[in-house]
Amino acid sequence: MFRDISLYSTKPHPVARAFFGLATLAMTSVLIAVFLTTEQAEPTLRSMVQGAMSTSGVENPVTAVLLNFRGYDTLLEVAVLMIVATAMLPPAAPGPITRSLPAMTVDPMLAGIVRWLVPMAIITSGYLLWIGAFSPGGAFQAGSILAAAGILMLVAGHHEFSFNSIGARALLVLGLGTFLLVAIGVAMATGVMLQYPIARAAALILVIESAATISIGLSLLMFYGSVARLTVARSER
Amino acid sequence: MTQALIYSTGGLIVFGIGFYGVVIAAHILQKVLAVNVMSIGVFLVLMATARLPEGPPDPVPHAMVLTGIVVAVAASAIALWLICRIQVLGNTGDDPH
Repeated sequence: MFRDISLYSTKPHPVARAFFGLATLAMTSVLIAVFLTTEQAEPTLRSMVQGAMSTSGVENPVTAVLLNFRGYDTLLEVAVLMIVATAMLPPAAPGPITRSLPAMTVDPMLAGIVRWLVPMAIITSGYLLWIGAFSPGGAFQAGSILAAAGILMLVAGHHEFSFNSIGARALLVLGLGTFLLVAIGVAMATGVMLQYPIARAAALILVIESAATISIGLSLLMFYGSVARLTVARSER
Repeated sequence: MTQALIYSTGGLIVFGIGFYGVVIAAHILQKVLAVNVMSIGVFLVLMATARLPEGPPDPVPHAMVLTGIVVAVAASAIALWLICRIQVLGNTGDDPH
């Protein structure tokens, strides 16, 4: 069944391409015209957010919107990451999450870079996670720095990650699980899901963000690792 | 033209370029990249319109774009993974079903 699927599609005839180019140009012009002629709406959202900032528990309005006022969207976003990570899981493998490969397979330049950059990346990620309450930052930014450090380790060849081990699966579930537990827990306290009690809002947001950082970092690392493993498997055939 | 209008128009043009690329590109990897370009155009429009005449910008579109970037990354990852699986399964010749 898969032999018939070709990754190349036929290039359209030059005349058809020109026609479609003109059609795209027309569509873009219509979009720009519609955009330029719409009226600017009243900026009520910013004043609403600023009015409610004292109840949010953080000082940065974007973090407040992400994790408090629109926390449901962030919950679904973490769920999307976990769904995609589950779809890309490699075949089951018992054992630890990472395994060191013998030093002979390591490129010395990359090993030196890894030795310096990975600890700095971990510290930077922790800083971004903490500063998210006061400045631009937060869970997703910190998670992507962690994933970049992990990709560096993968590329250097000194460590091998087993994404289907129990430890990796636990860390993947940690983000969404913590978010769900907090959401349901505060529902039992205040009656509405994801409605944080105002006194506890800052602490709850920090707990959610910390768990989500680890989960996001591992998910993003797994995105790279699964695709890299498949391309290596193909070239070895 | 204000800065917001310039960037939003640029974002719509980027969206148009991505749209052309999705249909016309030959290899499916190029189509995935073109979809990413389209989403970048949309994010640019959202960010440009979030700028208000005075004071700090509107934070709600910023949060929407952050969520959108993560979802776009996840979607691109699963698309790339599917491409690799098609390649691997197509070349071995054996059908798992």
